[in-house]
Amino acid sequence: MTNIADMSGTSGWGPVSPPDPDERPFAEPWERRAFAMTAFTMGRISGQNLDAFRYALARLDRSAYLDDGYYGRWLNAAELMLIESAILAPGAVDARARRNAGEDVVEPPAPEPARPDYAATAPGSLRRIDTPPAFVEGERVRALAVPPPGAGKLPGYVAGHPGVVDLVQPAHVLPDTHAVFRGENPQYVYTVRFASRELWGAASEEFSVTVELFESYLEKA
Amino acid sequence: MTERIPASLRTEALEQLLTERGLVDPAVMDTFIANYETNVGPLNGARVVARAWVDPEYRARLLADATPAIKEVAWGGGANGEHIVVVENTPEVHNVVVCTLCSCYPWPVLGLPPSWYKDPAYRARVVREPRTVLAEMGLELGEDVEIVVRDSSSEVRWLVLPERPAGTEGLSEEELTALVTRDAMVGVAKVSAP
Repeated sequence: MTNIADMSGTSGWGPVSPPDPDERPFAEPWERRAFAMTAFTMGRISGQNLDAFRYALARLDRSAYLDDGYYGRWLNAAELMLIESAILAPGAVDARARRNAGEDVVEPPAPEPARPDYAATAPGSLRRIDTPPAFVEGERVRALAVPPPGAGKLPGYVAGHPGVVDLVQPAHVLPDTHAVFRGENPQYVYTVRFASRELWGAASEEFSVTVELFESYLEKA
Repeated sequence: MTERIPASLRTEALEQLLTERGLVDPAVMDTFIANYETNVGPLNGARVVARAWVDPEYRARLLADATPAIKEVAWGGGANGEHIVVVENTPEVHNVVVCTLCSCYPWPVLGLPPSWYKDPAYRARVVREPRTVLAEMGLELGEDVEIVVRDSSSEVRWLVLPERPAGTEGLSEEELTALVTRDAMVGVAKVSAP
């Protein structure tokens, strides 16, 4: 995964914002509506799934990802899923917004829906698998040097680096295939601990970071 | 390139289009939103933490297998909480949680994520210079404290069990619950005594 969503270690963002203990979940009224519509869109309306939603987010351009904040990117990912499932025509949302603002715009007709031919085998992401985990707690492993393309979720900053398995987590559906409706392919997930100076060099602050990695993202170190 | 339409107007347009097609019901949306504004919030996590502070057996169960233990004291179901792992902060080890790839967050125990957690600056920097980031957020950790950053890159969700502050020995579980903050359960703050 190397795209706008993979922010780890990127620079130029400035200082972090100080926490406001009284912050409410939504800053603007439209964020509430965008939140709910996206939650309903990713499953029932578009026939897609949570991993497809994350993959839609990762495919947004920089402006669509950043300019309207978190719920802005949710809205844009929902629109992308709706267009890809042919629930909405490309441009339909903008055309309606312009008409609402009084512009003389022709709205595109609604297409024939083409939801993905896909059904989850169970709710959620956890699955039972019969094979034992390939790695055990305490084992040294290495993250693949080249992150899986597409919807895979190997953060770029750990790619190619060695670490140690801290915890073996239950099997989860594999986003690489689940996000594109090519099967759940559940795999064990491993909490792998990396040393900061292995990732960022000898001048880095000293700490460790754990990352959850699917079995196929790892090899023996 | 035409001028970008504000997200508020695009949201309104999308809701009209989906409502006209019978794909969403605004009243159902209202109920869904209200649930996340009132019921699904950090009070759930605070109850879990306070219970762990007063009940050593509960604390052991929580650290061993958090998902069922959470459901003993608080609502722990729904999205973003299928498998939750709890880690304990101590005087020696400080855990702090992030999601570098999106903004994954344990909704059932903490509610929807606050703005700083979703901010690119936090997502990008806390895995690279956590001591500096925590200091910017008001948490100065001693040089001898080991920092462990938890990057929630899969569906596993992390909750921090903060240290119980000194001077709270006489407080009830309910009084302790009121002290526990969202920020402490993510690991960017400590819990203070009243």
